[in-house]
Amino acid sequence: MDYILLTIVLAPLAGSLIAGLFRNQVGRAGAHWTTIIGVGISCALSFYVFYQYAFNGAPVHNETVYTWMVVDGLRMEIGFLVDRLTAMMMVVVTFVSLMVHIYTIGYMAHEEGYQRFFSYIALFTFSMLMLVMSNNFLQLFFGWEAVGLVSYLLIGFYVKRETAIFANLKAFLVNRVGDFGFILGIAAVAMYMGTLDYYEAFERAPALANATVVVWGDDAWSLMTLICILLFVGAMGKSAQVPLHVWLPDSMEGPTPISALIHAATMVTAGIFMVARMSPLYELSETALSFVLIIGATTAFFMGLIGIIQNDIKRVVAYSTLSQLGYMIAALGASAYAAGLFHLMTHAFFKALLFLAAGSVIIGMHHDQDIRNMGGMRKYMPITHWTFLIGTLALIGFPGFAGFFSKDAIIEAVHFSRIFGSDYAYWLLLSGVFVTALYSFRLYFIVFHGKGPRHFEPHHDVHDENGDAEAQEHHPVHDEPKPHESPWVVTVPLVLLAIPSVVIGYLAIGPMLFGEYFDGTLTVAPIHATLSEIDFHGAAGFILHGLSGPAVYLAAAGALVAWFVYTRKPNIATDLARRFSWIYRVLDSKYGFDSFNQWFFAGGARQLGKVLWQAGDRAFIDGAVVNGSARSVAWLASVTRYLQTGYLYHYAFAIILGLLGLLSWFVIR
Amino acid sequence: MQYDLISLQPVMPEIFMLGAACLVLVVDLFLTQRTRMWTYGLTLATLLGAIALTAWAAGPERQVLFDGSYVRDPVSDVLKIALLTITVFVMVYARDYLLQRGIYRGEFYTLALFASLGMMIMASAGNFLTVYLGLELLALSMYALVAFDRDSVKGSEAAMKYFVLGALASGLLLYGMSMLYGATGTLNLAAMSEVIAAGKAEETVLVFGLVFVVIGIAFKFGAVPFHMWVPDVYDGAPTAVTLFLGSAPKIAAFALAIRLLADGAGGLSAHWSDMLIILAVASLAIGNIVAIAQTNVKRMLAYSTISHVGFIFLGFVAADGRGYGAALFYTVVYALTAAGGFGLLTILSRKGVDAETLDDLKGLNDRSPWLAGMMLLILFSMAGVPPTVGFFAKLFVLDAVVQVDMVWLAIVAVFFSIIGAYYYLRAIKMMYFDKPIDDHPIVASVDSRVAMSVNGLAVLLLGIFPTALLQACRTAFGG
Amino acid sequence: MIALSDYLIVAAILFSISVAGIFLNRKNVLLLLMCVELMLLAVNINFIAFSHFLSDVNGQIFVFFILTVAAAEAAIGLAILVVLFRTRRTINVADLDALKG
Repeated sequence: MDYILLTIVLAPLAGSLIAGLFRNQVGRAGAHWTTIIGVGISCALSFYVFYQYAFNGAPVHNETVYTWMVVDGLRMEIGFLVDRLTAMMMVVVTFVSLMVHIYTIGYMAHEEGYQRFFSYIALFTFSMLMLVMSNNFLQLFFGWEAVGLVSYLLIGFYVKRETAIFANLKAFLVNRVGDFGFILGIAAVAMYMGTLDYYEAFERAPALANATVVVWGDDAWSLMTLICILLFVGAMGKSAQVPLHVWLPDSMEGPTPISALIHAATMVTAGIFMVARMSPLYELSETALSFVLIIGATTAFFMGLIGIIQNDIKRVVAYSTLSQLGYMIAALGASAYAAGLFHLMTHAFFKALLFLAAGSVIIGMHHDQDIRNMGGMRKYMPITHWTFLIGTLALIGFPGFAGFFSKDAIIEAVHFSRIFGSDYAYWLLLSGVFVTALYSFRLYFIVFHGKGPRHFEPHHDVHDENGDAEAQEHHPVHDEPKPHESPWVVTVPLVLLAIPSVVIGYLAIGPMLFGEYFDGTLTVAPIHATLSEIDFHGAAGFILHGLSGPAVYLAAAGALVAWFVYTRKPNIATDLARRFSWIYRVLDSKYGFDSFNQWFFAGGARQLGKVLWQAGDRAFIDGAVVNGSARSVAWLASVTRYLQTGYLYHYAFAIILGLLGLLSWFVIR
Repeated sequence: MQYDLISLQPVMPEIFMLGAACLVLVVDLFLTQRTRMWTYGLTLATLLGAIALTAWAAGPERQVLFDGSYVRDPVSDVLKIALLTITVFVMVYARDYLLQRGIYRGEFYTLALFASLGMMIMASAGNFLTVYLGLELLALSMYALVAFDRDSVKGSEAAMKYFVLGALASGLLLYGMSMLYGATGTLNLAAMSEVIAAGKAEETVLVFGLVFVVIGIAFKFGAVPFHMWVPDVYDGAPTAVTLFLGSAPKIAAFALAIRLLADGAGGLSAHWSDMLIILAVASLAIGNIVAIAQTNVKRMLAYSTISHVGFIFLGFVAADGRGYGAALFYTVVYALTAAGGFGLLTILSRKGVDAETLDDLKGLNDRSPWLAGMMLLILFSMAGVPPTVGFFAKLFVLDAVVQVDMVWLAIVAVFFSIIGAYYYLRAIKMMYFDKPIDDHPIVASVDSRVAMSVNGLAVLLLGIFPTALLQACRTAFGG
Repeated sequence: MIALSDYLIVAAILFSISVAGIFLNRKNVLLLLMCVELMLLAVNINFIAFSHFLSDVNGQIFVFFILTVAAAEAAIGLAILVVLFRTRRTINVADLDALKG
């Protein structure tokens, strides 16, 4: 087992190193083959491991591979903890990654930095596997930072595009805030529990359930609440929860395969995975759970609203991701960890599908992402159209599709939750269903049905000079060739992702939510056991049960409204936008988070920095300390070197002086 | 006492080395300049064979042969394997340089093998006589090697300075040994340590002798104020010899120190650790400060050596297993990085042009990104930047110092390391941000390129996975 | 009867003379070689004196080795001297200042 696990982790790393370090030697084809083989091996073995755990009941594997160092009894190790949770994550990560690798061949076909790109995504797969397979906090942190690093590298992949660099910097800075909390949380674990190992920490946690610490002034804080909230701050950064969500929409500056892999399916779910993994800790602090629940529900509803007015195809999907991540987080807050993870899995498939399909549309549009320039794409890209529709149905929770089961389970679980903030969360999540359906079908109808401004006439490439100039003005893309279906490397992953988007919910809901799949992995205190209150009689029964609840009708209403507004009466939307312009403005400014950050943190920090720079840095530190000391050291060096006169007798004399000095110091005193 | 082959097992590496060195000497006589590749091959085979024999004879127990003159213990195993491995690197790097200078002669290899034999004997020395013989075998070979390029003005001057000062230092060491012999009545280190522990010896005489012995050790290491030979000899000697002189003999010097101070005069640690503190602080200060003023890379690395010696001494100051282990780790790591650093200089040198000044490093990244990357790792390691192994070497030494409640010493060490980081980073800046002055293509044989890559990556990998080497160093001292 | 201390004092004086010779002499490199030899002889006197008064033969054996090594050392020293003279046409100690700083 050890070797299998090591191979799973190291195969993508090897692929990445070969594609990255020898990019000139292996060439473009070599780069994608080495990484695809690496990730493919990893994926196949992950399925094997998953099979062993899910169907053959393999025992939990918790082994240390390498002890890095031991500092005062605190062991820093590399080790693997594989149980059913890990096995599920491994399959999701490697499968989506493999699909994205294949898809990238088509998407990046004409781009520069092809090898670099493959090297990065394979490196990402390695880092993400290190994260999910870790058995200790140190390796978790390593993976956490490594996926972050690759994410920054890829957001700024188009190094010459200024917006990409800005988005890159933003993602980096916002994640610093989250990671600061995260590392404080890990430090608290190490300090109060004296271990970095998961199982040891879980064993010691109950004894500390009522422990308190004084952080500030005289108030005693519950230790567990403190640890959990600090760790969750890390999750808020990585999983883009309000108010640390601002980096995710901007991260769409990266190439689309990345948005699918990193910013939808895997990396952003690391926070959810982490909280679920730490369920034995979170169950000890109801305050932390309430915090998680409220943050998640807030994100789920309010980020969905912004999605309604976005015009960039990828940004719509990005806001939808934010909102879905909010659902998962809310599930964790309601102690329905299994439901959160279930939604994580289904979401990974259908959201990767949506992103890749959006990418396919973007390829068809020759890298134009504005939906106002699109329309009627269903005629030109049938496969993309159908797979996108499947993804959309899964996303809004159409009965029977993957998203339906997971989202309904979350809403039900939150409904049954009795902790502080659960009512607030329930209503937001329920309204969120309507919003989800609205923005999803808005996107679908505008892109695939609406007429759009384009007129792809058969004779469009035969035009005179004057007409061309005019057309350029009104229809900037008029003279481009017709959109066409993408090559097979793009469509095959779409189809392969569409399959689980339809069936995975039906297949997995029984064992994962109500069976014993997660037994022994997730800890749920009896008073928080919201999932077990749901009446479950098989997947089909769950569909029937869902039809009697409000969620399905809200989703249908959302889809209908979208259909009516965006295909029948397109001017209703503009009318509404005009009539309720203040709402539109609030949404358009994304509730002002960006401008607030820009003004307060960036501007304030710059002001503060300027003052410190002028008064402290330039005058005192640079002038007196740095340059002053540098000058004096340089002066000292230039003087001291003359001690080395070059004369043999001076050297001998120095030895004798040393001898006499030591003798008089140690013998004669 | 009956000797058969089995009872000689621990000493087989040395016997093999002696025989093979003589064989290389004789074989070389019958080779022409064209077929001299055999000498090179035989030398590498000898070194690898000696490594294999050392590993074969290695074990956790302590074996004593020849009435206590020869000791084989885990410390000697680690030291021998380390110094032989470093010598392999040195031989690989040196060949191109010697060929280009027209000084590719068999004597280089014979002398290097005898020097290695001397170092191995030092590592296994059990009494003053073996210490002295090993030391002189190393030193005499080294004097000859420094003067190896007979037509070099600088080389002959460096050899003369090295010879006179080296002879003076070994005279001082011998004088100290005679005093310790007089005070304890034995030449055997183990017996001496017992006499000292029993308090049967006159303490004043002991400390008097000890001062001389410490000076002898400090000279071999090149600690301030006994460092004056280091920059001149490093500068004057052919780069291939500087490469050898600057790497493996540091491990031998460690052996000298551990045998004489820890094994022999362990009971006097209160005295010698005070002496070493003075020498260490002086070395850290002078080494790091004067290095800044250097424009010659070889001199800069010489002063950097001096500062690293300060760190090695800090490990000894703790005078316990943890400290010795840290010092051993530091020494091995330093020898590895020094071999890489000087090795790069031999690679950059061309026929008639020695890469010596910092200007020769300029724009290295444009000329060869891979070599620049390796040099970057090596310089980072010297400066102590994580995740290279140099960081851990410094960390373990500082840890050992802090454990014996000498925080101020650790602060001093860190302070001077920060000053030292300046000149390493300056070299890195030149490699990556300056335009090359010399844009001739870099000619290097495959074996030296491979050795350079292994060397540079070892610095990185040992930094990421320091446990194995650290464990070897710690268990050697029972910790 | 000559006491141990007398031998030690003679040895110490010889040793000091040789050391002083090394750093006072600024003319001839050959003198340095002689001083080095003298220094080793001083050490030899020490060893023999201790060996005699401790009734331990090891010290005298050590002396044989020192004498042998000293011979080898002198040979190498003279060889370096020859190389030095060949390249620089001088064996004046004060002229050896090409390497400094």
